[in-house]
Amino acid sequence: MKVKVISRSTDEHTKERSQDLQRVFHNYDPAIRPQEKAVEYVRALNAAKLDKIFAKPFVGAMDGHIDAISCMAKNMNHLVGIFSGSMDGDIRHWDIASRRTVHQFPGHQGAVRGLAVSTDGRVLVSCGTDCSVRLWAVPISTAMELDVSSDKSVEPLETYVWKNAFRSVDHQWNFDRFATGGAGVDIWNHNRSAPEQSLEWGTDTVISVRFNPGQPDLLATSASDRSIALYDLRMGKPTAKLIMATKTNSICWNPMEPFNFTAANEDCNCYSFDSRKLNAATCVHKDHVSAVMDIDYSPTGREFVTGSYDRTVRIFQYNGGHSREIYHTKRMQRVFCVKFSCDASYVISGSDDTNLRLWKAKASEQLGVLLPREKKRHEYHEAVKNRYKHLPEVKRIVRHRHLPKPIYKATGLRRTMIEAERRREEKRKAHSAPGSITSKPLRQRRIVRVEE
Amino acid sequence: MGVKGVNQGHGAVVPPTEQKLSDEMDVTKKKYLRGGEANLEVLKDKKLKGQLAVREALHLKTAQAAANAEKYLLPSEEGYLEPEGLEKTWRIKQDSIAPAVDILSARNQYDIVVPDLGPYRLDFTPSGRYMMVGGHKGHLAIVDMKQMSLIKEFQVRETVRDVVFLHDETMFAAAQKKYPYIYNRDGTELHCLKEHGAALRLRYLEQHRLLASINEYGQLHYQDVTDGRMIGSYRTGFGRTDVMQVNRHNALLALGHSGGKVTMWSPTSSSAVIEMLCHKGPISAIAFHPTNRDLMATSGKEKKVKLWDMRNLKGPLQTLPGQAETLDFSQKGLLARGTGSFLQVLRDSSGTQKYEKYMTHPLVKGYQIEKVLFRPYEDVLCIGHSMGWSSILIPGSGNPNFDTWVANPFETPKQRREREVHSLLDKLPPETIMFDPTKIGTVKPPRKEKPTKEEKEAELEAALEVAKDIVPKKKTKGRSKPSKMKKKKQEIIANAKRPFLEQQMKEDEQMARKKQKGMEQVELPTSLQRFARKKVTI
Repeated sequence: MKVKVISRSTDEHTKERSQDLQRVFHNYDPAIRPQEKAVEYVRALNAAKLDKIFAKPFVGAMDGHIDAISCMAKNMNHLVGIFSGSMDGDIRHWDIASRRTVHQFPGHQGAVRGLAVSTDGRVLVSCGTDCSVRLWAVPISTAMELDVSSDKSVEPLETYVWKNAFRSVDHQWNFDRFATGGAGVDIWNHNRSAPEQSLEWGTDTVISVRFNPGQPDLLATSASDRSIALYDLRMGKPTAKLIMATKTNSICWNPMEPFNFTAANEDCNCYSFDSRKLNAATCVHKDHVSAVMDIDYSPTGREFVTGSYDRTVRIFQYNGGHSREIYHTKRMQRVFCVKFSCDASYVISGSDDTNLRLWKAKASEQLGVLLPREKKRHEYHEAVKNRYKHLPEVKRIVRHRHLPKPIYKATGLRRTMIEAERRREEKRKAHSAPGSITSKPLRQRRIVRVEE
Repeated sequence: MGVKGVNQGHGAVVPPTEQKLSDEMDVTKKKYLRGGEANLEVLKDKKLKGQLAVREALHLKTAQAAANAEKYLLPSEEGYLEPEGLEKTWRIKQDSIAPAVDILSARNQYDIVVPDLGPYRLDFTPSGRYMMVGGHKGHLAIVDMKQMSLIKEFQVRETVRDVVFLHDETMFAAAQKKYPYIYNRDGTELHCLKEHGAALRLRYLEQHRLLASINEYGQLHYQDVTDGRMIGSYRTGFGRTDVMQVNRHNALLALGHSGGKVTMWSPTSSSAVIEMLCHKGPISAIAFHPTNRDLMATSGKEKKVKLWDMRNLKGPLQTLPGQAETLDFSQKGLLARGTGSFLQVLRDSSGTQKYEKYMTHPLVKGYQIEKVLFRPYEDVLCIGHSMGWSSILIPGSGNPNFDTWVANPFETPKQRREREVHSLLDKLPPETIMFDPTKIGTVKPPRKEKPTKEEKEAELEAALEVAKDIVPKKKTKGRSKPSKMKKKKQEIIANAKRPFLEQQMKEDEQMARKKQKGMEQVELPTSLQRFARKKVTI
């Protein structure tokens, strides 16, 4: 007879010396793991709870300005710096890591309405209500050398004065042109004191200007006649214009899908559009209760951050109808500008109360260098939480956010109003001939018309 | 999907060995997919379909990788016993196996004779490293099976009816004369569980951290040993029983009663979740297959052992003749049956759940087998009997490959400490104990639409067919006259029809009521129609 019995030698299964690694054996058979789903469910619940325990998104505030912050600019190649301009004309360059001012530029006579950095990070363009555009040289000093008091007053590289006050500025990607929005859209070159081109469609002020990251000659602007216009610099004329029901305060192109852009609108929603087909929005992002003032995309293109007049900062998924996260503080007043940091980990908000605030993009993220084991554990928690996030207990914990009372009440009020409108619409439909009243989806409802 | 050669044509035939290999891989892949591939064709939502398709592709990849790992990367092979020529495996004795295996394995065959201290009950830790031994006269001992050393041995000077390890070898519970007690590994008494009463059997639900006991009045108690809460105390209503077993797959507790019923209990319900009438006589032992979720073995005092499929409760899969005071399944599905001083091990060699004799082992005459337990991850069977305990070799019974993070026979103290904390975090709430634990996280199927007329008629016909096939039993003493038989048959058919007719009547009644309401509205003059009670349409 042939016989074999299981016999394991201790040498093979234990470590020889104390500095050896422990030997680990795997058997992935599901049969030796009973009740897998129940264990996963408990782990999902615990992961959701831990997430909430470690959710401390506020990192710090940067104060120094003495008036509301109206605009911010970030350089895509320099991670730790950000520029901010305030309503009294002050422009500062901040070091986010130490949350201190690296450099202070004298700025404008009036409010600074727009800031933009050239792609190589050397030149800062600022525009203001004093009808001037100023170019500043960005000193490449390290944080060690910051000493604001003994800084000699820095002269701007150039100052170009023009006919009207400016509302916004944006720099072209990889070239040295920039566009300003005021009475119309003006395309400037660094070295010319007058704009190269002036583009116009209609007679209203242009509120915001944004160059496309993928196609550097494409430009999107929003004007106070509730329109969003797309311009092409090569042709020197506008390509399409989209008129909505309310004014758009800010636009941002998706860096990963450069044909899509999202518009932050005055009616508390953000609308994502495909620039090739403007007759309907691809997604409507609803959650704010007051006008959305600014919007910025994460470099991953998967999320964007919005700052609103209702004193909150929200983070949305690029295709999500509702926000994933909301940040608020008692001390943070109307948020006028937001920026997503270039490593997709932080969000910077500039608000009415003269402070810039630094927040984590993922509220419970562990900062710093993670050990591979820690990283794996975090990824596992995320994955198991996502698998069970539709179950009621887990969903309740994952969804829960504390809202300030005014926002909570305003949300309820908005919901009531929208519900009432919807009910009225349905009753109209029910009491009229079938097919005589058609309702448009929300993605199309807020668009008045599209002009080519 | 076999491997295509470089120069072969489009419809090249795969050689048979490769085909067999790929079939095997498909079977293992299905095991790792945990229930086959999802059907995404029924979805209408394109976005969801796209997201799920990506996830499905990942699942398939994972399953393939796990199947490959199982095929190529597992370190050990399982044991076997192959007879040569006309030899039969059940005639092979332990003495003839001993010289054929290595010294270390031969040390696993022994008899410990302790004649005075009563029949011994055993328990193992899940890794198989430690064994707990409790004699009826109060002798408790913890043995380290790897080093064959005694960790602790002491006398409690009271009747001990059952012993069970808690989460690991550091704590165990003993069902003593009046109450169960919990002891430390050093023999210190930690707790006296007064609420349980005089427990006859104890069982520990590992993942839920629940200690379950059945006492002499047939009361079932579930206690959470991490915080000491009594989760549930239920009166079974079936009287005294000392047959209790845990189904590791869904943590249901099976009790065998003297009427031949097997009932399964969960701590969240006061009545049994399942009641099965299994045997004609009292149940003497129950055992659950550790890997196959559906297989259960029960034995009754009418000298039969029956194998059941839990999903299909029409009848036993197999009935084996023979008495069994104690039953146990090994990790590889071998069934050990012990009665008196005779022990038999059965195996289904073909995988079709037909069990046949594999090995036998007669103990010294006069030893009464009390409990039979396979040692996890080893080819060893331990027997607790009236004169002590023994251990024999059963090749092919244990799972040769353990997973360090599930149960590690070579656990260091540091690993034990870490595992204790991690497993405490994963403690399952008692609400997760249900018959089919894979239903957690699934979506409730949509409410069935009302069956159409044809479907209803088809159902009625099917029920009638079944009713016609039933032949009533022939009775003696003139009670089965032809007229009476005919009447009985008609009664059976009428009973089969009744639920359908009742359903029909209910529906007709509802329709009539609706019509009446409608009629009321029609009676109003047209100018007053808008004041009639209407159903709100949204």
